[in-house]
Amino acid sequence: MHCIVTGGNVKVLAKAVHSLSRIGDELYVEPQEDGLALRSVNSSRSAYACFLFAPLFFSRYSTTSGDNFRCKMAIKSVQSVFRSLTTLEKTVEKCHIDLDKQKDRLTFTLHCKHGLLKTHNLSFQDSESLQAVFDKDSYANVFKAQPRLLVDTVIHFPPSLEEVTVSVSDERMWVRNHVEEEAEASKAMLTELCLASDEFDHFAAQVHNSVTFCLKELRGLLVFAESTGLPVSMYLDEPGSPVVLSVMDSVLEGNFVLATLSDDPSLRKNSSKGAHTAAPPPPDDFMNDDMDSYLIAMDTSIAPGPSNTGPPPPSLADDTRSKRPAAVSHKARILIEEAEEEEETDDLDRLPNKKFRSLFFGSVLPPSSQLSTQPMTSQEVLASDSEEET
Amino acid sequence: MPLSTQSQGDDEQYVLVASLDNARNLSNILKAITFKDHAIFTATTNGLKVTVEDSKCLQANAFIQAEIFQEFTIREDLVAFQINLTVLLDCLNIFGGTTTPGVSTALRMCYRGYGYPLTLFLEEGGVVTVCKINTQEPEEPIDFEFCSTNVTNKVILQSESLKEAFSELDMTSEVLQITMSPSQPYFRLSTFGNAGNAHYDYSKDSDMMELFKCTETQTNRYKMSLLKPSTKALALSCKVSVRTDNRGFLSLQYLVRNDDGQICFVEYYCCPDEEVEEN
Repeated sequence: MHCIVTGGNVKVLAKAVHSLSRIGDELYVEPQEDGLALRSVNSSRSAYACFLFAPLFFSRYSTTSGDNFRCKMAIKSVQSVFRSLTTLEKTVEKCHIDLDKQKDRLTFTLHCKHGLLKTHNLSFQDSESLQAVFDKDSYANVFKAQPRLLVDTVIHFPPSLEEVTVSVSDERMWVRNHVEEEAEASKAMLTELCLASDEFDHFAAQVHNSVTFCLKELRGLLVFAESTGLPVSMYLDEPGSPVVLSVMDSVLEGNFVLATLSDDPSLRKNSSKGAHTAAPPPPDDFMNDDMDSYLIAMDTSIAPGPSNTGPPPPSLADDTRSKRPAAVSHKARILIEEAEEEEETDDLDRLPNKKFRSLFFGSVLPPSSQLSTQPMTSQEVLASDSEEET
Repeated sequence: MPLSTQSQGDDEQYVLVASLDNARNLSNILKAITFKDHAIFTATTNGLKVTVEDSKCLQANAFIQAEIFQEFTIREDLVAFQINLTVLLDCLNIFGGTTTPGVSTALRMCYRGYGYPLTLFLEEGGVVTVCKINTQEPEEPIDFEFCSTNVTNKVILQSESLKEAFSELDMTSEVLQITMSPSQPYFRLSTFGNAGNAHYDYSKDSDMMELFKCTETQTNRYKMSLLKPSTKALALSCKVSVRTDNRGFLSLQYLVRNDDGQICFVEYYCCPDEEVEEN
């Protein structure tokens, strides 16, 4: 593989790498026919991100066709190539990326001003395929907003905040921090923001859902979107189904897929699954100063609410009967294309889970360029979850 | 001025008296070589030389010529002592090291001779502080026997571009390898770290390259831990000269401009780490 990135695109590439570093420790590099894919996944497989740079992003892009090459390397090493973004902008004229298969080295050569040449030869490991399976077209709720809107929203939450809950109705989106059931209502601080549909470039909420996912991992995408000025599209479905955030322009596409907390009927205060009995979220104009009703609303809306129309995915409802506070254990694992039945937790080799998995696989016939051409047939075994760190 | 009138009569007892209107002209340059506690001060009629050494492999010298001082009186051919550099710097900055324009700390440094402490009179805004720092027997600075006649390769670079390279150096690399050659890659800094290796190449035609005189291809490795402190000197400097001799010893000379625009020099000498088997 040999490609050349010039001018301002070097900084875009660097930013993509930095935002991927917010997800996982390793960078998966896969030169494809339709462009260069850079991916990352976190250790618990609950967050996945992928940037696909089309051939037009590069001033030159050549791959050996039919060559299914993939590798991964420590993301810190790649970050060190693009350490200072301001310096990159000022001094780097172009960046060559070359693959040397004999020596197992990926070489980044930065041609800078004043005749300075920086060469980084990074070692890599062969890796298996890493692809999350998702179909943006099948999502019930689709939103698109300028990055500024989302950045201004998340800024209200402390950096340490793990999870946020996003709830949508026809005209509104609420974003609030997720408070664990075990936390005392009197000690927890609840922050909730309401965004009106007209603040979005596109707002289509077909199903009133509420999903909870990890905010930290999202911030990486927001930094990227804000600096490149690209609008962010958000795809929401029912709890348990991953939330997808993406940025796109003519030469690149970035997708962040984050697992969401699944619905667990045993944890919910109300017994009925379908009907919504929880109090509605407080009115967004704060006219109602009645603290009691506010607290009640907060209490019952701790479980993913305000409404939940569809039945929760069968398998995960069964699985998540444990009361462990760690959100990861509750989360739907993102469907990463890997045959990992044996490696997963003991819960997952039960029948219901396989049904869940096929729920995804069955409907997916990716029209988007994001997914590789043979997602179904070539199921490659990925490294086990308990990744041995080199 | 209080300082100059204070000990006019006592001056005969001092073998060395040096005064500066702005103590920063001394303290800033000393910061560039403070990687060890102790320094050897050597004064001659030419000025002051401060030497710091590490592991017998690295030596840093700061030169402040007599002309930099407002007053520089020396009554012997050579005055030398060893002193705790950290303490000295603390004293020079005793007024807090303010950088308010127009406000500076005045310094008068006096030394009576062997066995006596170094006396510092520092004044700022009418407040005078007197510091007496004990001195020790000066050790003989290492003579690296680095002379111009044995220099095989020499380049002079503008510090700006080298600063960038040094700030990005892979610290997981134990060595910094320097290659100088009349042909490609001309001047190359290399590191070998956990992630892989990295090379910074400066072309001889670069506009950052003020002088390029390389007679033979040489590659030498130096311990990164030894050279890291030189980054401070690099940060202060506007130009740096890099020279290696036939033994692979490295000489880095930094041209530093002080607050008043006067020129001082800092130099680093470093022994090569080992024989490089292959490039």
